Amino acid sequence: MARCCDEHSRADLLRRAAAEAGRGLPSIEPGMPLPAGTGLSRRSFLTRSGGLALAVYGAANVRLPYFEEGIEAAAAATPAGAPILVSVFLEGGADSLSLLFPAGDPLYRRLRPKLALAGGIPFAEDDRLRWHPSLAPLATLHAEGKVSVLPAVGYTDPDQSHFTSRHFWEVGATNASLRTGWLGRYLDRVGTGDNPLQGLSLSGRLLPALATARVPVAAIDGPGNYAFGIHRVSGEVEQQMLAAVAELGKVGSGGDPALAAAADVTLQASRLREQLLPFAGSDDKPAYTSPVAYPKSEEDFPKQLAGLAAMIAVGLPLRCVALEAPGMYDTHSDQPTALSDALAITASSLLAFQRDLEARGLADRVLVHVWSEFGRRAKENGSNGTDHGAAGAGFLIGSRVRGTMIGEFPGLARLDSDGNLLATSDFRAVYSGILDQWFGADADAVIPGARSFAIPKLLK
Amino acid sequence: MTLANTEGVVSKPGVSSYTGAFGKEQAERLLWRAGFGPRPGEAAALAAKGLDAAVLSLTRPGRENFVGPEPKDDKGRRLAPGDAWGHDQVWWLDRMVRTSRPLVERMTLVWHDWFATSNAGVGSQKLMLKQNQLLRGHSLGSFATLVEDVTRDPAMLLWLNGTKNSKWSPNENYARELMELFTLGAGRGYGERDVREQARALTGFENDWARNTGPTNFRFDAGRHDDDVKRIFGKTGRFAWRDACRLCLENPSHKSFFVRKLWGYFVPADPPAATQRALEKLYVSGGHQVRPVLEAILRHPALYDGPRMVKPPTVYTAGLLRGAGRSIDTTAWSWLSSLAGQQLFYPPNVAGWDDSRWLDTATFRGRWLTASYVARPLALSEKSAAPFDAAALVDQAIAFWGQPTVRPATRAALVAFAQASLSDAKQNWKRAAYPPMIANAIRQLVAVSPDLQTS
Repeated sequence: MARCCDEHSRADLLRRAAAEAGRGLPSIEPGMPLPAGTGLSRRSFLTRSGGLALAVYGAANVRLPYFEEGIEAAAAATPAGAPILVSVFLEGGADSLSLLFPAGDPLYRRLRPKLALAGGIPFAEDDRLRWHPSLAPLATLHAEGKVSVLPAVGYTDPDQSHFTSRHFWEVGATNASLRTGWLGRYLDRVGTGDNPLQGLSLSGRLLPALATARVPVAAIDGPGNYAFGIHRVSGEVEQQMLAAVAELGKVGSGGDPALAAAADVTLQASRLREQLLPFAGSDDKPAYTSPVAYPKSEEDFPKQLAGLAAMIAVGLPLRCVALEAPGMYDTHSDQPTALSDALAITASSLLAFQRDLEARGLADRVLVHVWSEFGRRAKENGSNGTDHGAAGAGFLIGSRVRGTMIGEFPGLARLDSDGNLLATSDFRAVYSGILDQWFGADADAVIPGARSFAIPKLLK
Repeated sequence: MTLANTEGVVSKPGVSSYTGAFGKEQAERLLWRAGFGPRPGEAAALAAKGLDAAVLSLTRPGRENFVGPEPKDDKGRRLAPGDAWGHDQVWWLDRMVRTSRPLVERMTLVWHDWFATSNAGVGSQKLMLKQNQLLRGHSLGSFATLVEDVTRDPAMLLWLNGTKNSKWSPNENYARELMELFTLGAGRGYGERDVREQARALTGFENDWARNTGPTNFRFDAGRHDDDVKRIFGKTGRFAWRDACRLCLENPSHKSFFVRKLWGYFVPADPPAATQRALEKLYVSGGHQVRPVLEAILRHPALYDGPRMVKPPTVYTAGLLRGAGRSIDTTAWSWLSSLAGQQLFYPPNVAGWDDSRWLDTATFRGRWLTASYVARPLALSEKSAAPFDAAALVDQAIAFWGQPTVRPATRAALVAFAQASLSDAKQNWKRAAYPPMIANAIRQLVAVSPDLQTS
């Protein structure tokens, strides 16, 4: 990549804040699935959240922060110690044949004459495979029995479009017309109308896996970073102004979907601001401390995870959290450097997060799921990269995971008709297992046809 | 308020035209959808022209001129859009704020989203600006020419690996997105084999690397091109890159893709089937010209009678600046736009921005901060004069933003806020200090109200 000007590193820093945020798809794109969450019944949603907001806020002239009240209401509906899922998305299609590379497969070097990796760390469960050197932190956790590896996860008739395949993963079905995310549908069953934090995107944009039909969910870019002060407004007037924001969100929309969406988000932002008041730091310094050191990086990812651990520690009512891993995984070219950098910061941050949770005694409450929309073509493309593939790699991380492979590594001798890796596990089976075993929920009610998949045992 | 009647407007064959009252509110919506909102007084002036002339003034504008002071950075220096971080973004934002041809800029933004190219993958503001100029030049012209020029545009060649695609090692990146995102739609009228064959047709582009300036000397090198026979969409030939583009436009799935996608930028609900067909006909019979289709869409009843749209963050920002009469004197808009969810030259991926999801709790805060930054240098100090009167404070705050239409219920909520705050002012010092502070707060509340987030 060109280094065009001396401010480039700053450019890099700033662009990631925006460019790495999660987005679904343009709304009108013939043939392409609409993102989950599109076309919800805004009206009933608004009525419901408006009504509940009213119940929580009480009389319109109540002025002081409602934080305690809000937490009580949400905590009453969220059992203490409720399990939390953290979904980490590697956007672009991570190359599974580099994450755990088949150094022991005789075809590997033939398919990847330039890109074949050497060195790495042995993978105890399959002596053909080795961990990418940048994934050493995951290898450490694996040795402790805290990582389950999915070496070839996918689905039948794989789609090689980023946007279609990603959509399938987000909605939890190979269905282009589903509008709610798989986590969103779970939240619609167990969540409440007054707690946006139950489904939290930390990527500064709502990630579609969290798209609900009924209950509110939230997007922030850091828990200490949700203040709404303005120049030359303070004291009583400021408190009145912040209360008036919620009132603007309660103005009727006359059935207009865009007005309803704007009103909705106004109310939700107001609610979320109250929930996050304890994290409002000053001078860009977070109002929390971490018991362990996180990697120092220009990326937001380690800070997002550090903030998340602090939020869990104070008992905020979280259930499903989604964020995007740093870096770019769509490695059509210059794969070695791009992948190595992205994996290094991702894996070292995830290790720090696990250690943080362990130090706080919270590790049994959190399961991390790492996924990508597909893997990449077995044969390299000649631009020092790889094109879109099918089955890819995934990980489940946490103190309670079983720690053994889900599906085997299929080998390179038999590929699909497009020259891609064959799946040995189905993402919907993994989702069903998470719902059944982690959340104690009914997978059938969330994942279409859940019982038709062989659901693996995920936990110890 | 001036009301003009639109009867007698000649509509395009088969596409219906709006015949209701075309007053300030309709003109306001047209200026938001086809531009960046009105400057003070512009909506009424446009309404006075009537619908047909109003649309033509946008689609067939005169020579470009810029209204207001030249853009500057925070230190009062000229912008360096090709070099300095963030200056490229505010340089473009300035055009949106000051141009006399708002639809040209708006269509440039549409094409930036349609052929979404990110400097995150290009790494050169100069090449991004070159592409931006290309998009602007074709903004209302031929889509066929646009696709060809985008295909060989240096920023695009870097972004989707066009110059890495050679006969020895085909790279499918551009071929796939050309069909999936730019011309046909996912899985419409092509298969995986077409992706591979199109990639072969598109081989041959190349560039060099200069030590200091990066990628340079973009060209087509016949020696790198795969000249063998390809089979694309069931047709056989020794296809090259122009054929790849042409075959996409001739593909039966293209015209419906084009019409639906273009329509979607201006109207939030799908076009009626008859309108869709008529627009397709207009598009094809016009030789893939954009302007006639655009004129039909901008006159269509669905734009005026139909539901509102959430303003894209960039449009929201430019519109607030226009309404408040503020010129570009800071580069803060670049990081603010990133918080609001639309950083120019950095779309999230090749599918562009997700315009069904502009608003969430994070981007709402980005818009909040944007509005507060627009108003900041104009904020009243506690010593400023302001009326001790809720309704008057609200009227002044609405006037601050150039008199946008605000619904009565929203206005009532603002008045209620002003009244509650004024009733807190019991001591003498508060009776003096609160009204200007309340005025600042109402300005903020007006700007973030659902009324101003949508058009």
